[in-house]
Amino acid sequence: MKYLLPALAMLWLLLGGVARADTPLPGDSVYQLPVQLTDQDGRQQPLASRRGRPQLLTMFYSSCQMVCPMIIDTMRMTRNALDPAVRPRIDLLAVSFDPARDDVATLHDYAAKRKLAPAIWTLARAEPSQVRQLSSVLGLQYRQLPDGDFNHSSELILLDADGRIAARTTVIGRIDPAFIEAIGKVAAVRDGEE
Amino acid sequence: MRMRQAWAWLGPILLALVALPAAAAEYVALPGGSFTSVLPADGKDAPAQVAPFQLRREPVTNAEFLAFVKSHPQWRRDKVASILADARYLTQWAGPDAPGEQALPQQPVTRVSWFAAQAYCESEQARLPSWYEWEFAAAADATRRDARDDPAWRESILGWYSRPSNAALPSVGGTSNAYGVRDLNGLVWEWVDDFNALMVASDSRDQNDPDILKFCGAGALSLQEKDNYAVLMRIAMLSALKAADTTNNLGFRCAKSE
Repeated sequence: MKYLLPALAMLWLLLGGVARADTPLPGDSVYQLPVQLTDQDGRQQPLASRRGRPQLLTMFYSSCQMVCPMIIDTMRMTRNALDPAVRPRIDLLAVSFDPARDDVATLHDYAAKRKLAPAIWTLARAEPSQVRQLSSVLGLQYRQLPDGDFNHSSELILLDADGRIAARTTVIGRIDPAFIEAIGKVAAVRDGEE
Repeated sequence: MRMRQAWAWLGPILLALVALPAAAAEYVALPGGSFTSVLPADGKDAPAQVAPFQLRREPVTNAEFLAFVKSHPQWRRDKVASILADARYLTQWAGPDAPGEQALPQQPVTRVSWFAAQAYCESEQARLPSWYEWEFAAAADATRRDARDDPAWRESILGWYSRPSNAALPSVGGTSNAYGVRDLNGLVWEWVDDFNALMVASDSRDQNDPDILKFCGAGALSLQEKDNYAVLMRIAMLSALKAADTTNNLGFRCAKSE
């Protein structure tokens, strides 16, 4: 027990050294923002831990009856429309506008009900002040209404492997070909890889 | 005799304390309540509910922001991440940690991004006020808690808006309003926490997309009190900003929940 903590710290340092590239984070990366996410399985992860793989990112809330199911559907459609070689190279991340109601269990149920495979999808919550920060850095607007619902902008955002906003689309309910093309470019197999 | 001796050494200490810019900022308690905002809470006509809160008596000054930048060097203009503050951030200062003669200690700090303002408030164990909190506090004039129906009051604010934006900013410390808060109107524009919730100037880039797809829920908000241009102009300005933006006349103050 005495040596467990130092050993864990060592391991963390080693893994951290691998996860974080040697190059410093670009100044225009959204990973500059210290946001702590908790996913549908209760695992905590800093937003910046997504660094290394392109992310298809959106914000939603699970009790939303109108557009949010369509946002999730559009994410799924978009992934399915990608070249099969590109598909496994990106992750899907949906962060809730509504941390008060979207606790871990609610997100977990929602993922199960919508059949969102955990290997592909991360549904996450963050503390309210960090939700506002994340929405701000992504250029998304939201506002809670007295009945508990939200007004919010509905967009899909593509982050490159370093967390820079590479593309975005407001097209919801169908596939946006320009957005698909942008994902293909960002997630393309680079020379010398594989 | 002994008393006089005590003063002889206490006096300079007290003076030194008064002169320290880092003295804790003053906050004023406001009662909150149900409030007729120009932004109805439900987008139609519901009043805003404001919980009791504390608001900083004065906007944050150059001296105060300098102390923050020194203790939080990641917010120096030569260190800050570009996604958290645009290229104009603090460029009115002579150097990254020296405001110089063009940015006096008691002037409100401006050219700060929303992220920087938030980080500053956190360093005071505070946060940015919500729009409703700000609007609630700023509805007061020197004697009335809600002066908004007074045409003369509205005119005085509009008069400030028309002042040229390149004129030197006065120092903080204007007349207190009925709550004891200063400089809400007439000195600088101020960030609010939920600036990106105001949603009035939502531009529709894709004309084919119905609003319902752009904004899930009750759709874009409608504005009430359409004759209150003084407040509406402020909302229009805030809702047009991005969180990394900085402008010549945009500063901030902080708030705390009760």
